[in-house]
Amino acid sequence: MDNVSASITELPPAAPHQHAAPDSFIRNYVFSLDHKVIGKQYLGLGLLAVCTGMFLSWIMRYHLAFPDKPVPLIGLIAPTFAAGGVITPEFYLQLMTMHGTIMVFFVLTTAPFAGFGNFVLPLQVGAEDMAFPRFNMMSFWVTFVAFAVLVAAFFVPDGPPLSGWTAYAPLSAVGKSSGPGEGLGQSLWVVSIAIFCIGQLLGSLNFIATTLDLRAKGMTLARMPYSTWAWFITSIIGLIAFSVLLPACVLLLLDRVAGTSFFIPAGLVVSDALQPHSGGSALLWQHLFWFFGHPEVYIAIVPGFGIISTILPAVCRKPHLGPRVLIACQLAIAGLSYMVWGHHMFLSGMSPMSATLFSVPTLIITIPAAIITLLWLGTIYGSKLRVNTAALFCLGFVSVFVTGGLSGFFLSQPSIDTYLHGTYFVVGHFHFVMGVAAMFGIFAGTYFWFPKMFGRMMNETLGKWHFALTFLGVYATFMPMHWLGLEGNVRRYSSFPSDYMHGSLALHRFITAAALFLGAAQLIFLVNLLWSRLRGPAAPDNPWDATSLEWSTTSPPPFDNFAGVHPVISHGPNEYGVASARGDYIMQTDPPSAAASSAVA
Amino acid sequence: MGKLFAAAVTVIALVSAGIFLSRVWWLPPDFTTLGKDIDGQLVETMIFTGVLFVAAQLALATFVWQSTSRTAAIRVFPGGPMPLVATASVIVGLEILSLVFVGTKVWSKIFLAPAEANALHIDVQAGQFAFYFRYPGPDGKFGVPHPDKIDEGNSNFFGLDPQNDTAARDDIVSASLVVPVDQPVLLTMHSKDVGHSLYIPQLRLQQDFVPGLVIPVHFTATGVTKTEIVCTQLCGLGHYNMKAYLEVLSRQDYDKWLAAQAGQ
Repeated sequence: MDNVSASITELPPAAPHQHAAPDSFIRNYVFSLDHKVIGKQYLGLGLLAVCTGMFLSWIMRYHLAFPDKPVPLIGLIAPTFAAGGVITPEFYLQLMTMHGTIMVFFVLTTAPFAGFGNFVLPLQVGAEDMAFPRFNMMSFWVTFVAFAVLVAAFFVPDGPPLSGWTAYAPLSAVGKSSGPGEGLGQSLWVVSIAIFCIGQLLGSLNFIATTLDLRAKGMTLARMPYSTWAWFITSIIGLIAFSVLLPACVLLLLDRVAGTSFFIPAGLVVSDALQPHSGGSALLWQHLFWFFGHPEVYIAIVPGFGIISTILPAVCRKPHLGPRVLIACQLAIAGLSYMVWGHHMFLSGMSPMSATLFSVPTLIITIPAAIITLLWLGTIYGSKLRVNTAALFCLGFVSVFVTGGLSGFFLSQPSIDTYLHGTYFVVGHFHFVMGVAAMFGIFAGTYFWFPKMFGRMMNETLGKWHFALTFLGVYATFMPMHWLGLEGNVRRYSSFPSDYMHGSLALHRFITAAALFLGAAQLIFLVNLLWSRLRGPAAPDNPWDATSLEWSTTSPPPFDNFAGVHPVISHGPNEYGVASARGDYIMQTDPPSAAASSAVA
Repeated sequence: MGKLFAAAVTVIALVSAGIFLSRVWWLPPDFTTLGKDIDGQLVETMIFTGVLFVAAQLALATFVWQSTSRTAAIRVFPGGPMPLVATASVIVGLEILSLVFVGTKVWSKIFLAPAEANALHIDVQAGQFAFYFRYPGPDGKFGVPHPDKIDEGNSNFFGLDPQNDTAARDDIVSASLVVPVDQPVLLTMHSKDVGHSLYIPQLRLQQDFVPGLVIPVHFTATGVTKTEIVCTQLCGLGHYNMKAYLEVLSRQDYDKWLAAQAGQ
């Protein structure tokens, strides 16, 4: 024991880089151990996934607006499932299931957390890499395999599953007799999500170990940038959430292939056949799924909190208001996120007493969320805003987060949920607060860190057009969904033969037009990404006059991040509005005496 | 661009709030004793969130407008973060208390209070992709369902065994939910295959069918009407078309309907 202690204390202050510099194409670009490459790989996967998911949504939206007309070109792309471009009810549900699964798991989890977190977190804490580079590489490739397995469901005879991204049992458990896609397609879905969980668990462990163990000298927890705090908190949420979803998927798979009955009760008659199962609980799947599912909302959005809170002070040129309160509120949200899962199940048949118990923490969680929003507003107040594209997406994030968060008040009350549950009100709510807000965080992060990632600046004119059209597009697309919900328009319908819903077709057509407009606006982003990557002007090391460590190294950073220099931290990340030799900010690596005077009391 | 953003946020906030206020798209008229309570709570929530929505968006727009003007200067937020923390905690906290207090009472009336003793008991079964409603018949007793005897081809939707179960012989099965006006109704809901949900917007009523569970829910319809019942729990390819009708009849019309059904 003494020998171990001695060997630890005798380590040099900064250990040498944990793996050798890449010496082959494969090690450099494919099976890379470098967190920066892995971060870009995650972002690339997220980009591929978001394009796929959005394409699926266009088909769905076109069909909802014109249910009797074939969708152009789809007959050529998917002749098996949509012969002549005709979208059958089952194919609609299959598209919807894949859209939700791809977006939630492979975009909203992958990009803001694993993508940006991998690239930026080690740089921000002053580490040369992640704590476990091989685990890091594994986590990406495991996630990639999960995506490939999921997409493979498009190529099996019955196609992808149709049970939604929530895969409620027993529809998802009893096998192909419950509907098209519920055979091999559903099994692929379950396997894919289980594999995905493994990747996320590896990633979460890595983030936590890196944050706790590899911080540079002087980088106390209080001096960690807010984005690193957010990824750290998200890792803790993810570690617990995916630890529950993984065994849940294994149990579901066993029900499907091994004849077990974890989620299937006795006496079910599906397609005229009495099912050979007994003793299971359909509610158990809902509990396990939503124990993961609600924290998943915060896995998607908390990294956005961190990204916004990192960028806002840099573009406002003043310190973030109440940084300790900000962190405390995120920790409170993380803790509360495990006490609220039952609000997805108010009408599920669980004890009605539980509804009240789940409703109260759901409402209480709005308090830290409201405080964070007010802190952002207080930071913007009295600032000298540099209106670049990253700043605009931060401002847009605040706007859509407010909108989506407030509609949650309705759904967190069981007696109102009795009316709105299962309607488009829910679709509008979660697209604003989880989908659009997280995407705005991704866009803000992309415009902000692209120069550091690729050493080139993005085009600001294209960026501002992208923001303007996207901002208008999301409100035009998702706000009317609340109105549909108030009318009782039901979600997950491929068309609306019901009398009272048929009247909402005009509003659906408007939403479809807006969604296609919104999708077209993203082409500007893709063009900008490609053009800037190839032809963008060279980026300086610190184009935004920002304080955190990643801006103290070159753009892009060298293999070992800081070219053999071991950063020593003397300041927090919030030193804006402070007169110094640099102008109005102090970098975290500046010497302790860097401040000339404070412009902000 | 900052000022354009501020203007856009202002317009979006005001137009959105205006559309909500104008009730162009709104809930259908209610025909239930609980409608007033549920709608009242929804309106209270709408007012609270509406005020916060407009206030927050306008504050964002105002701060961005000011921060992008030529005379913008760095200023700290008056009082620092703690007044904001206190404001958010108090305003949101009080509203939460109010909503929980009111909401719990409404929720209790729907799901915690038992059905009235004279409630008309109707057994409801959901299956891919239809609802069936079973009335106990003149003997006032339901026959025992047997899943292994379900035979939809012979209209034995509930798996009844009338040869051996006398209570099952007079059970009335209907594809529509027919009830008398102002009569408390108790539904016992169960599914024969996968998850479903029963949604009747005009009754402000929605409840899942969960395989393996029998779930009670009760209501009293207050007006003669005919409206749709739809499924809101994804149940398979025909989910979008799984519907039935609720017919609320006068007592005389209901008695006639029941007699006609019993005679078939």
